[in-house]
Amino acid sequence: MEDVMITGVGQTPVAEHWDIGLRDLAFAAIQDAIHDAGGIKPQAIYIGNMLAPNLSNQAHLGALFADFSGLTGIEAVTVEAADASGGAALRQGYLAVKSGLVQTALVLGVEKMTDKIGSSVQAALATTGDADYEAVQGVTPTVQAAMTMQRYIHEHDMPIDGFAGFALTAHKNGTGNPDAMYRSGLQLEAYSSAEKTSDPMNIYDVAPRADGAAALILTRSDLLPSNPHEMQVRIAGSSSAVDTLALHDRKDLLYFEAVQLAAGKAMKQEGVLLEDIDLFEYHDSFSIYAALALESVGFAIRGKGWKLAAEGEISIDGRIPCATMGGLKARGFPGGATGVYQAVEAVIQLRGNAGVNQVKDASCALLLSMGGPGSTGVCHILRTRRV
Amino acid sequence: MEIPRHWRLKKQRYALVGEVCPHCEKKIFPPRDICPNCGNEARDLFAFSGKGEVYSYTTIYEAPSGYDSTTPYTVALVKLDEGPIVTAQLTDQGEQPTEIGMPVEMVTRKMRDDGDERGMIVYGYKFRPVLKN
Ligand SMILES: [Zn+2]
Repeated sequence: MEDVMITGVGQTPVAEHWDIGLRDLAFAAIQDAIHDAGGIKPQAIYIGNMLAPNLSNQAHLGALFADFSGLTGIEAVTVEAADASGGAALRQGYLAVKSGLVQTALVLGVEKMTDKIGSSVQAALATTGDADYEAVQGVTPTVQAAMTMQRYIHEHDMPIDGFAGFALTAHKNGTGNPDAMYRSGLQLEAYSSAEKTSDPMNIYDVAPRADGAAALILTRSDLLPSNPHEMQVRIAGSSSAVDTLALHDRKDLLYFEAVQLAAGKAMKQEGVLLEDIDLFEYHDSFSIYAALALESVGFAIRGKGWKLAAEGEISIDGRIPCATMGGLKARGFPGGATGVYQAVEAVIQLRGNAGVNQVKDASCALLLSMGGPGSTGVCHILRTRRV
Repeated sequence: MEIPRHWRLKKQRYALVGEVCPHCEKKIFPPRDICPNCGNEARDLFAFSGKGEVYSYTTIYEAPSGYDSTTPYTVALVKLDEGPIVTAQLTDQGEQPTEIGMPVEMVTRKMRDDGDERGMIVYGYKFRPVLKN
């Protein structure tokens, strides 16, 4: 079977786009990706979105975006897996092209957080947990993460600002990404003196949710456009797994089994080893999830994920660079669009176009798109292929 | 509003009724009909004692709609004496700080206001520190 290539990428800056609607955001990313791919047109669109039916009172995004982009007649559907919607949509696009039934697919991640504000947004986010047994108790994703972090700190011996390295690394990388939401960096003193928002988390342990859209053009290697980029990127692994929806049903609160399974299967596809991976785009919606991702994939032993960040191992020139364009913390966290942003950024890295954030000689990237506290894990491996 | 939904869950909300697996004796809450321990069907009802201890917790200041009036509130993962962990708000704490390992017991309290003109109020379980005697 032919390789599946990511031959076009597009993204809008992540921000509070009060002046840009859902459809306009989507169109901007779609147009950008098609242009980057040399103008080839998709036969199908797979959309990663989590909250449009709730926050924008808009379902049926497939018809809306294809229509608004002048692409009526093609196939278009939404894929939903909470904050992992983007990764899940990428996997559907990959499966479609790999199967041979779709020649060129467009994968779009889009989230419009700012159509509502305050408690309405928290209520919408709470729908990603168990409505009957979590949300009814007033639980939101922030509560789930804070309780996970509280238990982690209880079980492991670590310094009081042991998680600081995740925010510091992300914000440092955000300074080099023109599409990032925060580009002015962060000092340790600011982290250490920040007020606790949901004990033991402070504001810098929580990624800022905002609006954004990102898009990818996927096609078969034998169908690459005539003016392709010199360095092409192919999908060398793709896998997804789920765990219990509710946090309280976990066998082990501090280990993301779905992440371990998804990463393991994606790597096994071409025999990729941990030491082959040049960069890891994890889902740092909360610092604790970044630590648990490093432990669940196997980059750190249990209880030591925070240490990789504290010792600089996840910085651009570290052993395993993470959140290389700012991650969810500094690039911003556009909900179900996030997994597509990660892929766009990894393609920029693998093409060698990441500027001051460039990971030297990057040829293999691992992406983790996550929904809930590890309830859904979607992993992709991207590798370079010179043409 | 969701009246049928809250009515359907009243045994769980008011009496912590879960299940016990007839094959391996595992106690299950919330009920799920397939035993998470042995994978067999488990539909025998089991009422939990409502006693347990705090396994983890946090306090929330940015609440979802329906919960704004009681903000801030503390949510805990409570490990029940019979084994399972349940997510619940803590209540009646007074000045007592929350700690992992703190013994707690179930009480019935108002959970949320649905906030519409008919003003349906949902009741259910919360946990409070075990009263010392
Ligand atoms: Zn059983």
